[in-house]
Amino acid sequence: MFEAIAFYFFSAILIASAVMVIAARNPVHSVLFLILAFFNAAGLFVLLGAEFLAMILIVVYVGAVAVLFLFVVMMLDIDFAELKRGSLQYLPFGALIGLILVAELVMAGSAWVLKPVAQSAMASATPAGITNTEALGRILYTDYIYYFQIAGLVLLVAMIGAIVLTLRSRPGVRRQVISVQNARTAAMAVDMHDLKPGQGSEGGV
Amino acid sequence: MLFTDLFAGLGMNHSFAWFLSQFLSILIFDVVLLVMIAYLLLADRKIWAAVQMRRGPNVVGPFGLLQTFADLTKFLLKEVIIPAGSNKVVFMLAPLVTVTLAFAGWAVVPLDKGWVVADINVGILYLFAMSSLGVYGIIMAGWASNSKYPFLSALRAAAQMVSYEVSIGFVIITVLLFAGSLNLSKIVEAQQNHWFVFTILFPMLPIFFVSALAETNRPPFDLVEAESELVAGFFVEYSSTPFLLFFLGEYLSIVLMCAMCSILFLGGWLPPLDIWPLNAVPGILWFLLKICFFFFMFAMVKAMVPRYRYDQLMRLGWKVFLPTSLLWVVVTAAWVLVFRQPA
Repeated sequence: MFEAIAFYFFSAILIASAVMVIAARNPVHSVLFLILAFFNAAGLFVLLGAEFLAMILIVVYVGAVAVLFLFVVMMLDIDFAELKRGSLQYLPFGALIGLILVAELVMAGSAWVLKPVAQSAMASATPAGITNTEALGRILYTDYIYYFQIAGLVLLVAMIGAIVLTLRSRPGVRRQVISVQNARTAAMAVDMHDLKPGQGSEGGV
Repeated sequence: MLFTDLFAGLGMNHSFAWFLSQFLSILIFDVVLLVMIAYLLLADRKIWAAVQMRRGPNVVGPFGLLQTFADLTKFLLKEVIIPAGSNKVVFMLAPLVTVTLAFAGWAVVPLDKGWVVADINVGILYLFAMSSLGVYGIIMAGWASNSKYPFLSALRAAAQMVSYEVSIGFVIITVLLFAGSLNLSKIVEAQQNHWFVFTILFPMLPIFFVSALAETNRPPFDLVEAESELVAGFFVEYSSTPFLLFFLGEYLSIVLMCAMCSILFLGGWLPPLDIWPLNAVPGILWFLLKICFFFFMFAMVKAMVPRYRYDQLMRLGWKVFLPTSLLWVVVTAAWVLVFRQPA
């Protein structure tokens, strides 16, 4: 009873906010609705018993990714009318992606048996006797450790690539060297001169 | 959870008794928390005053004990001003988001053995999630005010809090490796023999503490609300109750961070030594004492340390704390692997 109410509550808000993400006129509002959608998806994960995924969704997507989204979108100077004008030309492509997603959902949700193993994995987020976190840990770090490592390497390459692409080495720029700054003492910084009136300093500094 | 059996004993149906007990414990928890915040706020001002050889608030009530309540009334009775050019819905939503998230984090904090509103398996992740979401209140307020200082403050907040979240995450991972659980009560129970601050995890406490200062925008990392540059930062345009909510949210998350420090490193409700006069004291008193200790440290840092420059802040986060905590994850994992026999 309570679970059904919670499910419909989260789902209704999730779908409504997902629609608002593309319908909102203001891009900052879009991102805020996206965050609401993430929250409700996390709520659905909790109902499934996948508590670890729910928290990771919030920590990673809401706590980090969406902050950066918001950061960028806030600083953009967007002409809304201009933005809306060309959007219809992407409709066929968007519809195609939507269709593929729907087909995949139907395949996963219906009784279509792709692989007998997949069926048992769908049964529960918390297999007999262990918590959701432990179950995920065993799959990621014990059963599929090599795939996990390869995925990590791919991300590392992507990260290095992003740094290489944006790194500019400009010659002749004075850079801050913290150790030199910290090593600076009063004796190095202050130079005492005994100047006579009307004489001035010569090359003192 | 605390009162379920009590209500069930009165002949109520179990799920209704559970609901009523949860409602009651949340209500009591929040009221106690608010009163505690009122006095911690006063303590903060008194400590700050003592460091500067002033008297601090001493007019309202004996020793100024009612000062916070006078301030509260002042904020409640003032007029709410909403700037004409602001985005009104987001503008009013921002303080509510801040204070709700600050309260929500407390749901999983165990005050004593079994004294917890929601004893969930992934408690520490939940706490981490709620504390990292605190940045939204600031970003939303800064953007919705449609004013330059709050906007700059929002940009600073976004970069600062995302940076320090990373090292907080790694510190939490080292503790998890040692405790072997994500449940906060189990993390505390794992410290039965020795608190984590007395194990190989000891360098993580200062890192966590300083990152907590940065995460809650306390001085010396209060660049988000730096008076000399940004007037008051993200709450320049806020007055009366919305401002009060920001203020309350800030202090709630500071005390939450103090509670996190004591749960992760100082053994939560556990006494320092498991011997007679010490373990006869109720666990909640130990926990409160530890929270007050960390709050005192927060107040002293605020009173004594000058504000960082923004590039120094970023350097500390990314070039000092991140490599150190990352290295310590490896060291801790190796330690656990070598010195602990698998169960």
